[in-house]
Amino acid sequence: MIHFQRELDKIKKMILSLGAVVEHRVRGIKQAVEDLEVDWSKEIVHLDREIDEMEVDIEEECLKVIALHQPVAADLRFLVAVIKINNDLERIGDEVVNIARRIQRLAKHPVAPYQFDYTDMADKAENMLRMSLDSLVNQDIDLAVKVLCLDDEVDELKNIAYDRIKLALSEEGGIEDVGYMINLLLISRHIERLADHATNIAEEVIYMIKGEIVRHRKLV
Amino acid sequence: MNVPEQSKNDDSPEYKMSSEDLDFYYGDFKALNNVTMGFKSCEVTALIGPSGCGKSTFLRCLNRMNDLIPISRVDGKITLDGENIYLPSVDVVMLRRKVGMVFQKPNPFPKSIFDNVAYGLWVNGIKDKAFVRDCVEESLKRAAIWDEVKDRLQDTALGLSGGQQQRLCIARALAVKPEVVLMDEPASALDPIATQKIEELIHQLKEMYTIIIVTHNMQQAARVSDVTAFFYLGKLIEAGDTDSIFTRPTKKQTEDYITGRFG
Repeated sequence: MIHFQRELDKIKKMILSLGAVVEHRVRGIKQAVEDLEVDWSKEIVHLDREIDEMEVDIEEECLKVIALHQPVAADLRFLVAVIKINNDLERIGDEVVNIARRIQRLAKHPVAPYQFDYTDMADKAENMLRMSLDSLVNQDIDLAVKVLCLDDEVDELKNIAYDRIKLALSEEGGIEDVGYMINLLLISRHIERLADHATNIAEEVIYMIKGEIVRHRKLV
Repeated sequence: MNVPEQSKNDDSPEYKMSSEDLDFYYGDFKALNNVTMGFKSCEVTALIGPSGCGKSTFLRCLNRMNDLIPISRVDGKITLDGENIYLPSVDVVMLRRKVGMVFQKPNPFPKSIFDNVAYGLWVNGIKDKAFVRDCVEESLKRAAIWDEVKDRLQDTALGLSGGQQQRLCIARALAVKPEVVLMDEPASALDPIATQKIEELIHQLKEMYTIIIVTHNMQQAARVSDVTAFFYLGKLIEAGDTDSIFTRPTKKQTEDYITGRFG
């Protein structure tokens, strides 16, 4: 195998490792939000540094290969896609941290004044991330396209969260818990952003395979 | 002789030069197989492919350089401004004046710098000294070497560096006012700085000439050309805009070659 191919394989392993770490953290969201798990939240905030370091390593490795090997065609598209996916994974990590911080604030209330069930939304976002990473591993363009379709469903759930929480706020006594309500609402925002980054990953996979940029337009 | 008038109109579908169903044989060996492609004015086309793929043979067909090989044979046609250059009536010397060539290794004559550039004019029967002098100066300027040699035009050309010799050879090719310039690996014997000068020169020259370059250096093809054509085993596999070829080639063979995964 040529030296250059070994470098590309190494980068592929690195991005998949980062994907695995991020995916693992995202998988914890559903339960943590439901049970307001403060221990989980503290650990997530503490561990984010690991993701940041992996992201920097991957970017440095990509820049090195671009400078030394002047890749073209599929190799160039792979490296550009990895640089962007790397960024998206790191941002997903940040969104998980944001959710963890919201959980810590929500948990300060001894009795929850209102509850919104984020199970479905977290499930969908988790699925989107898993599918986008699978599409990367298997070079599966059909799977990547499915991720793009799921994004609308997550957006819809975010709107539902907004309507319900707004309604709860307007009810009698709701305004006293405004801080709690805002934190609860922002969880929907973080999950929705997380799903957007998963969508970006799927779009990068499509670019990598087809050489076609599918951002900013509706597929299907 | 006038500087060729060439429109830079991209809308024009007309090619300055084109080949149609071109086959080329060295004896029994078929070196080119059914090559059809066109070259637009004021564009640089790079021909790439592994050794023995036929790219240099194809380049040499464009000004009938292969006529010098006795066992060779050409089928199909090549046109310059719509005229078939392989018709018996074509004056090959006139053709090569219009379609000039620069070779891999700088090959100045063992004469002065001035004489090297003036030579093509003299053999074309031009005697007017003032005209020749002006033409030599203009050609050396176009070849981006005038400032380096203007004070020693009577020195031997063999005293120039490799990169300077190559630019002198380009000046020599330009002196007879070609319309198309063929370059066969023009920078492969040069260091990176001289290479950069030649590449910069190609960028400047394409405003006035149709340039076709054979190169083994893929990055060079990517840097200097507007169109890239990939040859393999005597066939034209794929030709297209250089940025497309190097970001998303449509043929797997092209992809394998430019990414270094051949065979």
